[in-house]
Amino acid sequence: MGKIASSSSKSASGFMGWLNDRLPVTQFYKDHLSEYYAPKNFNFWYFFGSLALLVLVNQILTGIWLTMHYKPDAEKAFGMVEYIMRDVPWGWLIRYLHTTGASAFFIVVYFHMFRGLLYGSYKKPRELVWVFGMVIYLALMAEAFLGYVLPWGNMSYWGAKVITQLFGAVPFVGDALVEWVRGDYLISDATLNRFFALHVVALPLAIVALVVLHIAALHTVGSNNPEGIDIKKHKDENGKPLDGIPFHPYYTVKDIFGVGMFLLVFLFIVFVKPDMGGLFLEHDNYVPADPAVTPLHIKPVWYFTPFYAMLRAVPDMQMGALIMLLAIVVLFFLPWLDRSPVKSIRYRRWPFKLMLGLFTITFVVLGWLGMQAGSVTLTRIAQVLTGFYFFYFIWLYFYSRNEKYHEVPERIGDH
Amino acid sequence: MKNMIVMTLGLLLFSGFASAAGDAYIGEHVQTNIRSTDSLRKGAKTYMNYCMGCHSMEWQRYNRVAEDLGLTEDEMMNGLVLTDAKFTDKMTIAMAAEDAETWFGKAPPDLTVIAKARGLDWLYNFLINYYVDPSRPTGWNNLTFENASMPHILWEFQGIRQANFDVHTDAEGNETKTFNSFEQLEPGTMTEQEYKAMVTDLVNFLDYSSEPAQLIRMSLAPWVLLFVVVFTFLAYLLKVNYFRDIH
Repeated sequence: MGKIASSSSKSASGFMGWLNDRLPVTQFYKDHLSEYYAPKNFNFWYFFGSLALLVLVNQILTGIWLTMHYKPDAEKAFGMVEYIMRDVPWGWLIRYLHTTGASAFFIVVYFHMFRGLLYGSYKKPRELVWVFGMVIYLALMAEAFLGYVLPWGNMSYWGAKVITQLFGAVPFVGDALVEWVRGDYLISDATLNRFFALHVVALPLAIVALVVLHIAALHTVGSNNPEGIDIKKHKDENGKPLDGIPFHPYYTVKDIFGVGMFLLVFLFIVFVKPDMGGLFLEHDNYVPADPAVTPLHIKPVWYFTPFYAMLRAVPDMQMGALIMLLAIVVLFFLPWLDRSPVKSIRYRRWPFKLMLGLFTITFVVLGWLGMQAGSVTLTRIAQVLTGFYFFYFIWLYFYSRNEKYHEVPERIGDH
Repeated sequence: MKNMIVMTLGLLLFSGFASAAGDAYIGEHVQTNIRSTDSLRKGAKTYMNYCMGCHSMEWQRYNRVAEDLGLTEDEMMNGLVLTDAKFTDKMTIAMAAEDAETWFGKAPPDLTVIAKARGLDWLYNFLINYYVDPSRPTGWNNLTFENASMPHILWEFQGIRQANFDVHTDAEGNETKTFNSFEQLEPGTMTEQEYKAMVTDLVNFLDYSSEPAQLIRMSLAPWVLLFVVVFTFLAYLLKVNYFRDIH
């Protein structure tokens, strides 16, 4: 009797009390929103995390509605998309939100990752946050590729062919692997069916789970900030970081403003220029899949082009596939490659700033090169830039070991 | 804020560089107006009369076209449509793809979304750049789409033209031809200006049919964006208010 009385007196009464005794909803709300202390100096670059979440929700919701009207059938798929665009009420809007969302996801994620590079957000103690983020990036690439195949346009078909062929680069089992991935000797109805299953069930589940892990890991160690200062070092008598502010309401309110800015650009594209002149929706994909007609030049959508340029820069397909894979794998190791104790670029010296700048330019130019039809000069440039891409990480490993840096203040605002 | 603007501008500029066609001859830029119902109606009429014998619009429906072009069922079915199709039917054709392939070597493609695939300038230039070429099975060739298997369907309007080429021989003896000018062999029933206006209307209709929703999309755009601007401004004020005491 006494035991029951004491336990009920601890929790609030009413519905929330009843609920909290069974599921710690209020505690969860406090841990992750109202009493999750984030540094008070987040800037522009910190909008992209919440925006990525927004785009994910957009993709899931519009995706559910698209699946209501789409059939993964090689005979019908191309026509299903046109059916959605014409006969389904507001189908065009749902589809454009989804296609523009795919590109927006990568724009947001690239900015989000670049923020990590600028302010050293991948460094101790946030290595796992970075690694989970990288796995999300990988899953997102797979998800985008699979989704691109579903409209069954000619670029869907030939893109799928080229990408699945890459599995052939695996030693010994390559050919069998290609066949296993395709579910057929060629890209066919069987391929379309399995890609649909993976696109709408397997990968979204994986991505949502990974996002939960990414945020859980982040909230365990706390957020970094543009100064790279650890706000947990200085707390008040209640244990609250002096330079921290509760995520809710401060950053929820600020992120709503970020959402507004984002929507302005996003909805402009959706309503005014949904194919972005062939960048978001490629011209060749308005031709139904045709195994007999190869597009003039096969290229992936813009977000893959930096890696595609690396693949093409290497004359040997097997080596090219390996280089492309390594270009992504090396990013996973960034927390251990950058050995400098200083996080933010603000307190690092010019060699780092210069090299990060060159690295960024390299990535963007590779992206541009990946969209062009190949030529001798362009391939040469792509080779040099691919070399530099990898050199950056080697340089960083040795440079960061004894890096000279500016002294980092103890508190945010102590300049 | 500044970053966001620079980023947006960059993205929009960048998108301009990715163009549709490869090395096709694009001599003129076409100016269409998707909001001109009159132009769309003329284009639809040309399409039904001269294109639809061979080219289906498999994903487009007659009633949708009528609705968007402001035509009644009677105007559409008795004025424009030449077959006994039903008003709600899709704009398919009777010719089987297999037969067409035997007759033309290649089945005439469905044109529902051709404007998205080829671009308006390509379509326009394709339709105005036919010339006689006795070496081709159809007797016609095309400057924009070399060795096209489609004959010049609209020849009676444009007349018969011959293309004059300049032939250059390089050091290794390879010949390259560059287009110089057209020579009118037989006049058509239309002046050049009238013909180009007809093709412009047709291309406009193809643009419309590649995405009928663009009419509503474009008309909604200003209101949607206006709403977001107001929303963002209020969100900004709210944010500033909350952060007033954070230093």
